[in-house]
Amino acid sequence: MDVAVDVTEIKRADLLQMYYYLRLTRGLEDRITALYRQGRIVGGCYTSHGMEAIAVGYASALERDDVIAPFHRDMGAFLIRGITPGEVLAQYLGKRTGPTKGKDGNVHMGDIKRGIIGFVSHLADNLPVATGVALAFKIRGEHRVVFAGTGDGGTSRGDFHEAMNFAAVRMLPVVLFCTNNQYAYSTPLRLQMAIPDVVDRAKAYGMPGEIVDGNDVAAVYLAATRAVARARAGLGPAFLEFKTMRMHGHSEHDPAKYVPRELLEEWKKRDPILKAEHLLTQLGYGDITLFQEITERANKEVEAGVEFAEQSPLPEGPEVLEGVFADSADDH
Amino acid sequence: MTTTPAAGEVTYLEAISQALDEEMARDERVFLMGEDIGAYGGAFRITEGLLEKYGEWRVLDTPLAESGFVGAAIGAAMMGMRPVVEMQFADFISCAFDQITEVAAKNHYRWGAAVPLVIRAPFGGGIHGGPFHSECPEGWFFHSPGLKLVAPSTPYDAKGLLKAAIRDPNPVLYFEHKFLYRRAKGTLPEEDYVVPIGKADVKLVGRDISVITYGAMVHLALEAAQVLANDGIALEVIDLRTLIPLDTDTIFESVGKTSKAIILHEDNKTGGVGAEIAALLAEQCFDQLDGPIMRIAAPDTPVPFSTPLEEFFLPKTGDIVAAARKLKEY
Ligand SMILES: Cc1ncc(C[n+]2csc(CCOP(=O)(O)OP(=O)(O)O)c2C)c(N)n1
Repeated sequence: MDVAVDVTEIKRADLLQMYYYLRLTRGLEDRITALYRQGRIVGGCYTSHGMEAIAVGYASALERDDVIAPFHRDMGAFLIRGITPGEVLAQYLGKRTGPTKGKDGNVHMGDIKRGIIGFVSHLADNLPVATGVALAFKIRGEHRVVFAGTGDGGTSRGDFHEAMNFAAVRMLPVVLFCTNNQYAYSTPLRLQMAIPDVVDRAKAYGMPGEIVDGNDVAAVYLAATRAVARARAGLGPAFLEFKTMRMHGHSEHDPAKYVPRELLEEWKKRDPILKAEHLLTQLGYGDITLFQEITERANKEVEAGVEFAEQSPLPEGPEVLEGVFADSADDH
Repeated sequence: MTTTPAAGEVTYLEAISQALDEEMARDERVFLMGEDIGAYGGAFRITEGLLEKYGEWRVLDTPLAESGFVGAAIGAAMMGMRPVVEMQFADFISCAFDQITEVAAKNHYRWGAAVPLVIRAPFGGGIHGGPFHSECPEGWFFHSPGLKLVAPSTPYDAKGLLKAAIRDPNPVLYFEHKFLYRRAKGTLPEEDYVVPIGKADVKLVGRDISVITYGAMVHLALEAAQVLANDGIALEVIDLRTLIPLDTDTIFESVGKTSKAIILHEDNKTGGVGAEIAALLAEQCFDQLDGPIMRIAAPDTPVPFSTPLEEFFLPKTGDIVAAARKLKEY
């Protein structure tokens, strides 16, 4: 989009790894959708179908001890940070082996040890929190970075703006992002904001911003790498707008009739997986045989995860009472 | 509760839709605001068809910004409009907490300007919504003078109380229970009616124990009453319908008769509406009481997601039966 992308900066192994995670995300979420249709998922089910490149791209640009505060369509980031497909599925099935032990569902999960701030439904609530994580890094002089985002809808909330402002004023090592998939539930962008590009919201806070093709994993990775390097070097926060399209409904129960079919047809051609395959082929990094091999490896992992989740126990009722307060063992 | 309405019956959800439609037709100052309430018809399809009927200036899809659109509704209300705001889920009302408690609630008291605003908040559990889609946030507002709080349990009350709320010159928080949307059914009068705010309903007359409750729990209390009838224990079930102003007359009268009280709600126990009612009974009905005031409520934890956890969390018919049997012994 508005920034030229030199993909030769990315190593073959890294790109292939990203391709693997694109496939793992797609495979896992397709499986979750299928389970949902069979009535086996407890509660709602939100997927990143068509948007997988964003989470895979940014999470790949981070170091192990960086922290993410993901958005509700960032499955790829959870996987890259080390949450296994089995744990994700256990979470969706309400099992004790999921990251929240059945206390919460779907993508509402986090893991402080893996540097994942637990998702809060109230959109944008986690962005001020992310600035606080960055503040801790800054106060302690640690060269760690926080990557936190929300959707286009989420950027309308005061908490988004308050976080942007605080991050900018204090030059905090945080990269804030928006996955602009053009709709917030059924609300089109034009009823959400009177500007076509969310990135303009960054200008008001004196923060550099960039528009990135959210369906191009290499572009996401490179933009994230640049913003993270800047933040790590103490140059302050940045904002990234990933342009993309949500290819499924808001959740799997939503047929999304409010989205024109032609728009979906157009974005289907820009599918992030096809795009990644095209790029890998062009660079001579892979061919159809390799893609198939990787896809199979990813799907196997998903199936192993399904088995793990299905065999996992449900929590027992009284476990509801556990964990309201932390004890000294939880201190970190 | 079965799920398909019989002929002539409407669901709780339809009753709410009817109230909105009729009030919009009756009074052109009434308009709706909320996320996805227009073309989509709202997350629960309550406003379906209203955009086509009344146009985009009376059914406004808002940006995702609860504090912003509740504040805007307060401003419009002060100018003589009658905004009805939909929270997609009651849980997100916390994002607008400041506007509701600091602006809407105190406005008339401070400088005499009325805020005729309604906020519809789909609340409650039993739907596997987890900690952020199942909350009962009425307790947060119960403590803020200047707001009226209603929580209907039947289609009749849902329609009548919503109409009363829209016609009321004060900010009214209307807690509609998601679990009842398609489960509670009933027949409605043909003609226009309101259910007055501030009046409890004695759902079942009984001599032994008063069960004071509201929302989805009313149905649980009625179920328990059936079980207990076999033991020869007659529950009196009071559906509060309105939490603020609280109908203490009806509560005191009932407890004066039965001498025993169980307070039942789905919200967490500590500091909930039930705690206040228990305190009032201790203060005002001490002489009449023949046993301890009992409270049945959810434990003090967030609402959990997984089925066995949520089942454990929510009050059950058995809890009421057990409490009533114990209380009967006194
Ligand atoms: C504060 C708040 N209000 C309402 C909701 C209900 N809700 C869940 S997702 C959603 C739309 C989100 O849109 P966007 O941020 O653009 O992300 P998308 O789901 O489109 O990817 C809404 C309104 C919420 N989660 N949080």
